[in-house]
Amino acid sequence: MSANIAHELKAKTGERARSLRARVVLALGPATALGGAVWAVVQPWRLTLLHPHGQGLYWLLAEPPLYVVLVGILFRLLLAPGIVADLEADR
Amino acid sequence: MIAGIEPRAEFVHWWFATGFLILGLLLFSEAIVGSEVWGRRPWRRYLWPSFMFGMGVLMWPVSTFFTNSTIHMVAHSMWAQVLMLAGAAELGVARGKLHSQYWRLTSALGLAVSGGALIVHEQNHWLFSRAAFLHHTLGWTVLVAAVFPVLQAVKPRSLTAATGFATTFLVIAVLLYCDRDTAPIFGHLSFYAGVPHR
Repeated sequence: MSANIAHELKAKTGERARSLRARVVLALGPATALGGAVWAVVQPWRLTLLHPHGQGLYWLLAEPPLYVVLVGILFRLLLAPGIVADLEADR
Repeated sequence: MIAGIEPRAEFVHWWFATGFLILGLLLFSEAIVGSEVWGRRPWRRYLWPSFMFGMGVLMWPVSTFFTNSTIHMVAHSMWAQVLMLAGAAELGVARGKLHSQYWRLTSALGLAVSGGALIVHEQNHWLFSRAAFLHHTLGWTVLVAAVFPVLQAVKPRSLTAATGFATTFLVIAVLLYCDRDTAPIFGHLSFYAGVPHR
């Protein structure tokens, strides 16, 4: 194999690995949010906002499935784009 | 009076679970892209260490107000201290004031101490209630996971160590989200645990 082809192959492999990493970073937030959404569907009584009558302040504040969804969305919107941009710039 | 307005222990556990989930996501993405890319924006280098330090600070009110026993207070105070120690050491590394890769051992110390405190401060057996089961599970998980930061200190570029360290926080988050003040575990709930609620 000529040196040129070997270099080209190595560059392509590196690029593929970087693009896979970018996709994983971009998928982390949605995967987390999906986890929270599935939890909300499986245990709807955890969301006291769906039946707020007679609930105390803390029960209304404590919505763990929504916390998970929120963390996933915020990660995807605020952090993931910058991380991927830096990863792309590294190419 | 404070007992009347303080939130249930399970709420606090869920709030901290959210903190650990954020920590896990940050560490996991750093592990995936590598510390060079992660550190390209200076503010990002401080993100998870300062978050960890902040969680340590927030643990102090928990240890102060949820003093249903001395051992609970001591355990929560220990978690506050080791979270702050590990966060501060990582902040020092991120700032460039500390240079040795072995500062990562403070995280290993933190996990080992936290695991020990979790196991010791849970006085009931595994199937006493869900909270007891989770304390035992968390304790052993965290204790075993202390190996990951040790590995990172020895081999800073190890992907296995970095993802293992990040996954530890995601597992802690899931286990804390499973916590309920009084609930059965695998159909078991001790008569002495109290009346279960939702």
